[in-house]
Amino acid sequence: MSSIDVPLTKRGFGETRRTDNWWVEPLYIFLGYLAFIIYANWSLLTPTHFHFVGGGADYISPMYSPLLTQEGPVSASGLTTDPGPTPSWWPSFMPIAFSPAMLILIFPLAFRFTCYYYRGAYYKGWWMDPPSCAVGEPRNKYLGEKYFPLIFQNVHRYALYAAIVFIFLLAYDGWKALWFGPEGNKHFGVHVGSLVLILNPILLGMYTFGCHSLRHLIGGKKDVLSDSPARKKCYDCVSGLNKNHMKWAWISMFYVGFVDFYVRMCASGTWTDWSIF
Amino acid sequence: MADTATFRIWRGERGTGKFVDYKTEISSGMVVLDAVHRVQATVANDMAVRWNCKAGKCGSCSAEINGKPRLMCMTRLNQLDLTQPVTIEPMQTFPHVKDLVTDVSWNYEVKKKIAKFKPRKPDAADGSWRVQQADVDRPQEFRKCIECFLCQDVCHVLRDHHLHDEFIGPRFLIYTAQMEMNPIDTGDRVPALKEDFGIGYCNITKCCTKVCPEEIKITDNAIIPLKERVVDVFFDPLAKMFK
Repeated sequence: MSSIDVPLTKRGFGETRRTDNWWVEPLYIFLGYLAFIIYANWSLLTPTHFHFVGGGADYISPMYSPLLTQEGPVSASGLTTDPGPTPSWWPSFMPIAFSPAMLILIFPLAFRFTCYYYRGAYYKGWWMDPPSCAVGEPRNKYLGEKYFPLIFQNVHRYALYAAIVFIFLLAYDGWKALWFGPEGNKHFGVHVGSLVLILNPILLGMYTFGCHSLRHLIGGKKDVLSDSPARKKCYDCVSGLNKNHMKWAWISMFYVGFVDFYVRMCASGTWTDWSIF
Repeated sequence: MADTATFRIWRGERGTGKFVDYKTEISSGMVVLDAVHRVQATVANDMAVRWNCKAGKCGSCSAEINGKPRLMCMTRLNQLDLTQPVTIEPMQTFPHVKDLVTDVSWNYEVKKKIAKFKPRKPDAADGSWRVQQADVDRPQEFRKCIECFLCQDVCHVLRDHHLHDEFIGPRFLIYTAQMEMNPIDTGDRVPALKEDFGIGYCNITKCCTKVCPEEIKITDNAIIPLKERVVDVFFDPLAKMFK
């Protein structure tokens, strides 16, 4: 590669001649992710009220779906199931109680952590590499994604495969949220919670099916797309969603938090799950 | 719009110099390059500025206006806050020559290192090829590039980390993508992308896309697809197995 033989100036952290509010976007990104991380950790460490069964409903929080461990009986309130016993393989020396969400969230979080949009965003908002375009950085050393540890971002497509499985699992949860009554005698119905749970896989799908890796796998890797109209159509659809990948990333992330909150509010008896029909 | 405005322009040679304030008359419809020309014509005849078409197509008048890499000829004064001095300085990523002019020849040296377009055998006896428009839509987007090098200027890998000898920058990643995605081309630049061209250094902050005057989706349509092609070959054992 060619080198430049004239020394270039090195700018200090935050140094820029930009006159606009360049710090607003990375600040919003920082605060947005921080808010979700705090909520997700709280939810993960609070393995109660994640399954609403009041009135014969069957709403499961997306952070606890699918149900991995044996659940306890319906609680005294009749609104939720009690957390099941801690699995025998959970080490006794662990300072925190077992939560099934620990085994579940790792997959969607891996997908979002390695997502091309999220990477660009948190490199700015959290790692300040750079804080914003044409703004000085805090560190001199830079390895990018070429070397360890960030070379592992290349596993994104494998996280995508897991994320697609979760779309179907959560769609099944949405379907179950349309049936009410005792086991074996359920009837169709629509409550506010049904709509809340059905919208979740739709929003997650808008995000997941606009993934850059999927766009590549479904057609982008080919130089000739015209020889397969079906492939071309799929590629165009993914490309269409990909244009708004950032928007769907944010909406779906906060909506997952909202669905978890809604289920918890219903299961704890704080909110009433209104029936529509 | 005010009748006069102050332009704070970098004056100096070979990396040394200072900002000098020039107050000049302005009028409706002016762009920054017009103001620079007026300053040059009236009070700073020796000021060096590179320009050519004044239409955003030659890529000559790249500079940093209020800290943002932009074409001077495509930055209208009514987009700027003229109550404050407008800062105009040369691109920071390339060696400074004089005033607003930088030496961008490094880019041409980089381009020479990239394997040239290698077409397959012609489809017809007259030496031509048959290609569907749908298959050349992608490479055609990259052909809009005017080589203004604003994307190279804003890329922090070059701008802040000075990895000019390890990373070719966004301009040449789209140049590579333009050939890699061309259905006629038979060349394979993927191994070079990983090692020699340093595509792994790009951390997808999309600054290149934001400054592109041709609005090429550099990151989404060129760099990330190339990163995925590198993953196909070097980081995905399943893809290798089913190839």
